[in-house]
Amino acid sequence: MNSVNVSLKSEITSDVDWGRIRSDFPILDLKIDGKPLAYLDNAASSQMPQFVIDRLVRYQTKQHANINRAVHYLSEVATQEYHDARCKLQQFINAHEDREVIFTSGTTDSINLVMQGYGRKFIKANDEIILTTLEHHSNIVPWQMLANEKGARIRVVPINDNGELEIGEYEKLFNERTKFVGLIHVSNALGTINPIKRMIDFAHRYDVPVLIDGAQGAPHMSIDVQALDCDFYAFSAHKLCGPTGVGILYGKAALLESMQPYKGGGDMIASVTFEETIYNTIPHKFEAGTPPIAAAIGFGAAIDYLTAIGLENIGAYESTLLDYATDCLVQIPGVKIIGTAKEKTAVISFTVDGVHPHDIGTILNQDGIAVRTGHHCAQPVMQRFNVPATSRASFAFYNNKTEVDALVAGIKTVQKVFL
Amino acid sequence: MHANSLYQEVILDHNRKPRNYGKLDQASHHAVGHNPLCGDRLDITLQLENEQICDIAFQGESCAICKASASMMTAAVKGRSRADAEILIHEFRELTTGKLDIGHPHHLGRLTVFSGIRDLPTRVKCAILPWHTLHAALNSISSTSTEANNESTQAV
Repeated sequence: MNSVNVSLKSEITSDVDWGRIRSDFPILDLKIDGKPLAYLDNAASSQMPQFVIDRLVRYQTKQHANINRAVHYLSEVATQEYHDARCKLQQFINAHEDREVIFTSGTTDSINLVMQGYGRKFIKANDEIILTTLEHHSNIVPWQMLANEKGARIRVVPINDNGELEIGEYEKLFNERTKFVGLIHVSNALGTINPIKRMIDFAHRYDVPVLIDGAQGAPHMSIDVQALDCDFYAFSAHKLCGPTGVGILYGKAALLESMQPYKGGGDMIASVTFEETIYNTIPHKFEAGTPPIAAAIGFGAAIDYLTAIGLENIGAYESTLLDYATDCLVQIPGVKIIGTAKEKTAVISFTVDGVHPHDIGTILNQDGIAVRTGHHCAQPVMQRFNVPATSRASFAFYNNKTEVDALVAGIKTVQKVFL
Repeated sequence: MHANSLYQEVILDHNRKPRNYGKLDQASHHAVGHNPLCGDRLDITLQLENEQICDIAFQGESCAICKASASMMTAAVKGRSRADAEILIHEFRELTTGKLDIGHPHHLGRLTVFSGIRDLPTRVKCAILPWHTLHAALNSISSTSTEANNESTQAV
C-alpha cells in the first residue's frame, strides 16, 4: 500500500489543485492574535470542509428524527441516510458486507468494544496478548484491564532507534498461549507506518486475531480490510475531516457474530422479556441506544469528500510536505527529530535542545502555529526515547509549504528567546 | 496575552540559572509533585526548624515556567516562617488563576511576573506545581499531583 503511494507520487499530485482544496476549509482563514493560523495538529483532530458542514446543516434542518423506529417520513429518511453512511464506510475500507461496519463513538470505543465483546469472552488466565511499544494508550489500557481481570499476560513488541517495530522480536513472541494481537497501523507520536499486512499474516499462522488501531492510518492511505485480512480495524471520523463523537469498528462478520454485546439497551435486541433477551443481528447488536446519527451522516459526507480527492493523492501530497519539513528541520542546529522510520506519514515529533516542549508550544502559538506538545498519549514511546515529551507537527492535505516555513521561523524564535 | 510578555527576562534568567537547585541531604520535609498532563515532575526538600524554613531545594524535569516558578518560590520562602509560606502559596494560586487583585496589598513582590499566565489556562498548572508541592511538603503529604481534587487523598 505504501509503495503504491510512492510510485504514484509524481504523476498524481500534479493533477490536484491543493490551493483550491485548502479554500474548502473555512477555519483555515482564522487569524490568531493577528497572525494567520498554521494548523499543524492534524494527528489530534483534522478540520472540517464546508461540504461536511453543509451536510450536517442539511441533516439538522431537513432530515432529523430517530432511526429504526417510527413509520413517519423523517424517521425513514434519517434511517436511510444513516444506513447510506454505513455503506460509504463499507466501500471506503472495502469491507465484504455493510453489517461488518459498526458505528461507535470513536477509535477508543471501538477498541473497548473488542476488549469487552471478544476479549472478555475468549481470553482466559495465562493467555497472552501482544501489543507494541508504539501503541496509543487507548490500545494499551483496555487490554491491561482485561489482563488484570483474567490473569492474562501482555507481551510488548520493541522498537528500534528509528521508531520502527522489531519484526523479528514480534515473531518470537508467538506461542500456543498467544490469543490476541493489538497493533497500531501508524504511530500517532512518531508517524511510523507499521508493516501490518506482514504482521497480520504471521499472527494468522497461529490462528490469532489481529485488531488494527487505524486512527492514524485511515486518514492518510487507502484501506482494504479484505486485502489486509485484518480481523478488526478501528478509526474515528474527526481525524478524517468528519465530526467528533463517531467512529467505526470493522470486524469480520463471523467474529462479530461470536462476540457478546457490551452495551445493553434499545435497538440491540430482537425481543425482550424479563426472563430472556434475544439479541439483534450485527451490526445492531453492538449499537445500543440512539446512535450519533448526525455525526455518522457527516462522517459519510467526509468519506465522499476524501474519496473525491483520492487517498493516494492525499498520501502522496502529504509525503512531499513531510520531505520538505524534514529537510528544513534537520538544518536547524539543536533540533532533533524523534522517529525517523523509512515509512512515515506526515508527522514530525521533535525536541529543541534546552527548551521544554510546552514552552515551544506556547511560543509557537504566539505566531499562530498550532502544534501538539506532550506525551501524545504514548508514554511508552517517550520512555523508549528517554524524553518526557516532544513537540509534534502533523500535516494534512490542506497544509502547505508556507506553513512549514512559518514553523521553521517559529522554532528559530523559540531558540532566540531561550538563547 | 502575548507569550513574550510571559517569557520575561526574570523568568528566563531563573530558568537558565535556577536558585536552590538540588536536593538537601538533611530534610525534615519532602514531597514529589507531578503534572500528569505534561509529565513534569518536581522534587522539593526542606528543613523546618522552629516553624522556620531554614533551607529548601528543588529539582526535577519541567518547562521553563515551572522551573522559574520553583526557583523564585524557593528564594521567596527561604528563611520565612511556615505561616508566611502558606500565605504566599495562597496568594500565588490566586494570582495565577486571576483571582488576586494586584492593586491590593499582597506579599508576592517580583512573583507578580507570573500574573500573565492567567490568560494561558493550559499553562497555569506549570506555574502552580512547585507551590502545590511545597504545600504538600509542609503538610507531610509525600506525593501530590496537579490533578488531585483533594490533596489529603494523595497522601502515601
